[in-house]
Amino acid sequence: MDITNYVVLAAVLFAIGATTVLLRRNAIVVFMGVELMLNATNLAFVTFARLHGDLTGQVLAFFVMVVAAAEVVVGLAIIVTIFRTRRSASVDDVNLLKG
Amino acid sequence: MTPTGLEISGGETVLFWVIAPLMVLAALGLLFVKRAVHAAMCLVFVMVSMAILYIAQEAPFLGVVQVVVYTGAVMMLFLFVLMLVGVDASDSLTETIRGQRWIGLLIGIGLAAVLGGVVANAAFPPARGLEGGDPGGVANPQALARVLFGDYVLAMEAVGVLLVTAAVGALVLTHRRRLTPRKTQESVAEARIKALPDGVILTPLPSPGVYARSNAMDTPALGPDGEQVPQSVSRVLRIRGQERPAPHGPAVVVSTSTAREKTGSTRGTTASATTESERDA
Repeated sequence: MDITNYVVLAAVLFAIGATTVLLRRNAIVVFMGVELMLNATNLAFVTFARLHGDLTGQVLAFFVMVVAAAEVVVGLAIIVTIFRTRRSASVDDVNLLKG
Repeated sequence: MTPTGLEISGGETVLFWVIAPLMVLAALGLLFVKRAVHAAMCLVFVMVSMAILYIAQEAPFLGVVQVVVYTGAVMMLFLFVLMLVGVDASDSLTETIRGQRWIGLLIGIGLAAVLGGVVANAAFPPARGLEGGDPGGVANPQALARVLFGDYVLAMEAVGVLLVTAAVGALVLTHRRRLTPRKTQESVAEARIKALPDGVILTPLPSPGVYARSNAMDTPALGPDGEQVPQSVSRVLRIRGQERPAPHGPAVVVSTSTAREKTGSTRGTTASATTESERDA
């Protein structure tokens, strides 16, 4: 097996995550799509770290994880706030700026 | 440090070909599953499988962190928010942008094709593996810590600040401002005394009558003057007209007592009744 199979898997997962963001309406599921994309990049980072024999890739994956955790906290807080005021978790209902 | 070629073992090959299709299936579940909770479960599966792949790829520390941070913290946070927002908050099926579904699908497939093409056409160097590349040749967590706290110590500090900021931000965002002043015992008592001229009674309402033959909720108590006290019967029963006269005492028709209660303050009427009986005596 070639090590690039991992990169192909990461690419497929990233594309699925991007499609989830584009297609789903529930804000929480959209957020899960973002998480899937971040995970896919992490897999690519780890694979490239192994490919090049350089630990920097793993360190970057670690940083991605930490930033993703912070992002999830703030994003979910925003979703909860929007749900409180608008009684909906659908991304289509947040259209107050629509002219 | 001579770069040694990387041999991927047969076991890892089997592991990859077992896990990768399952991961893709679970990820597709994120796309097609109706309920948000099932999507979260699919994502948990993907993340745990990802941790297994990390460990297989000489990154045991990241594998553990993946399980602890992603599956343990992030996904549980997702489930908590799902619980707050409502588990069956399902997707609306009306399209606000026409043809968005097909355009989105097309873009997704296009992205997959582009990424796949790039990966297929890129010339990768021969894989080296981390055994030959480890600084100092120590085990993974220690080597990782050396890079993290050596080259990237400033980024590490910045990440710490970021985490604190995110925690405070989440607190501020979900903080609910109190719109009305808090009701205390003192304010309730003051409001009651202020409403006293409007016929509000300060004391607790009298309890219904207890008699030898009847002690039900629907029989009014008798006052010291022998009058029936209509407010001793539950308001719901009075409104429904299910109130019964007390077995003893002066024959007061129930309907008049309720009418009297409607017209004015009952306390005043009983008081006037008392004075009347006193005058008679």
